[in-house]
Amino acid sequence: MYDTGPRTLPHAAGIGYKAPHFADLRADPGPVKWLEIHAENYMGDGGRPLAQLRALSEHFPISVHGVGLSIGGETALDADHIARLKHLCDWLNPASFSEHLAWSTHGGAYFNDLLPLPYTDETLARVVTHIDQVQDALGRRLLLENPSTYLAFEETTMQEVDFLAEIARRSGCGLLLDVNNVFVSAVNQQTDPVSYIDAFPLDAVGEIHLGGHDEDEDEHGAPLLIDAHGSEVVDPVWSLYAHTIARGGPKPTLIEWDNNVPDFATLRAEAARADAHLVPA
Amino acid sequence: MDAHEFTTALLTPDAAPPEGLTDPAGRPAGRRFDVYRNNVTASLADALETGFPVLVKLLGQATFRQLALIHLRAHPPTSRALSQYGAEMPGFLDGFAPLAAYPYLADIARLELGIRRSYHAADAAPLTPEGRDPEALMALSPRLAPATVLLSSAHPVLSIWRYNTEPGAPKPQAGAEAVMITRPQFDPAPHLLPQGGLELARALDGTTTLGAALEATLAAAPRADIAALMTLFLGSAALTLSERP
Repeated sequence: MYDTGPRTLPHAAGIGYKAPHFADLRADPGPVKWLEIHAENYMGDGGRPLAQLRALSEHFPISVHGVGLSIGGETALDADHIARLKHLCDWLNPASFSEHLAWSTHGGAYFNDLLPLPYTDETLARVVTHIDQVQDALGRRLLLENPSTYLAFEETTMQEVDFLAEIARRSGCGLLLDVNNVFVSAVNQQTDPVSYIDAFPLDAVGEIHLGGHDEDEDEHGAPLLIDAHGSEVVDPVWSLYAHTIARGGPKPTLIEWDNNVPDFATLRAEAARADAHLVPA
Repeated sequence: MDAHEFTTALLTPDAAPPEGLTDPAGRPAGRRFDVYRNNVTASLADALETGFPVLVKLLGQATFRQLALIHLRAHPPTSRALSQYGAEMPGFLDGFAPLAAYPYLADIARLELGIRRSYHAADAAPLTPEGRDPEALMALSPRLAPATVLLSSAHPVLSIWRYNTEPGAPKPQAGAEAVMITRPQFDPAPHLLPQGGLELARALDGTTTLGAALEATLAAAPRADIAALMTLFLGSAALTLSERP
């Protein structure tokens, strides 16, 4: 339906790109076969960020991951922001473009977090309209990522899996399955993460995310996991990932580590661990 | 869900979460809502801390953090590119009574914003004197490079900045300073502008020749050291011949 460009993400491990790893990636990337960037960090006019990105894009397929589009927002998408995304995608011709099932703006203010939305017929229709608008503007298929959630809405009438599947069906978008988010949300909502994966439309998945989370608890002593991207992927998430690959086959898999960024050797080891699931034994 | 109610609660410390948000047992969301509140305030305060390292040093991290929380509640970002966040900080500091005894802080914020703006500005080939005959050079009409940023302060803004970023930099002395930030390749560098520097920078608009701009500079600032100005402007990548995009 949409031209995805000549490049696609390989069914191999990638990492979220951080500037301190520029030289390491050029010298010896090891199992790292592709990179993901946050679109909003490359919206300047020039300088080091764009120069580094240009240099890296000659060696790696790049995934552009937006965090600020506010697809789940109540109001119309920001035309200036779509134009900036289009400018970046036209310049870079990335192998993939993805965004989140979340909202982050209201009344002209940007909140820099992936805020939750209730799953209803009304929000479904709005998200589909917004995705249509983005895919038309960019001329690319979008992958939509499942969120980490910490609370529930009384007005919700649909399961998240059904909500995402219906969005993909109506808009033709793909999905980005964040396995850590599945785990975090399942613990926080006291549901079963394996059932979630089993119900997920894996055929629509163009990319998988893995990352670390923090552990806390709510005021009633119930576990409360927080999607923090600041540590290693935990064993239960690796198990859930193995289950996902066993069911859906290999997918491009990203190690997401955005805070307390470790040295490259640590990231390489995480990427190698994902890669072991993707290479036929 | 009412987004207005939701975001108001996000930015109001200790406000109860909006109605209709629950935990899995159907009880009010409580601390679960605080996760979003903490994500928003901590990430925006972090962005301000990253963007204003010298303000952090001058105020101390704890005080800056308090200032950042007040600021982000009054001025949440309007752009999703957080590299631009903090443009309101100088005006906010100018009007912030508890720090009125430190009137130079707003200009430090302007300098740090200028360095950030320079860092992300468009690339442009710099004008250098190499291989050019001096007369031909004077006939060119360069403009300030996109990464060149000017700042004029009633305070010793660059001396304060250097004292807090460069080991062994001298103690700042009272007095006004004019600053030009340039970006030779990727790293912005601020320079103290000598007499006539601001006049020269403002005269170079891409239509005036370098020779005419220097004459105008001497007319406005008769004691300007033209040779020193040329060395600074042509040696620091301040100018370009490339067209505006």
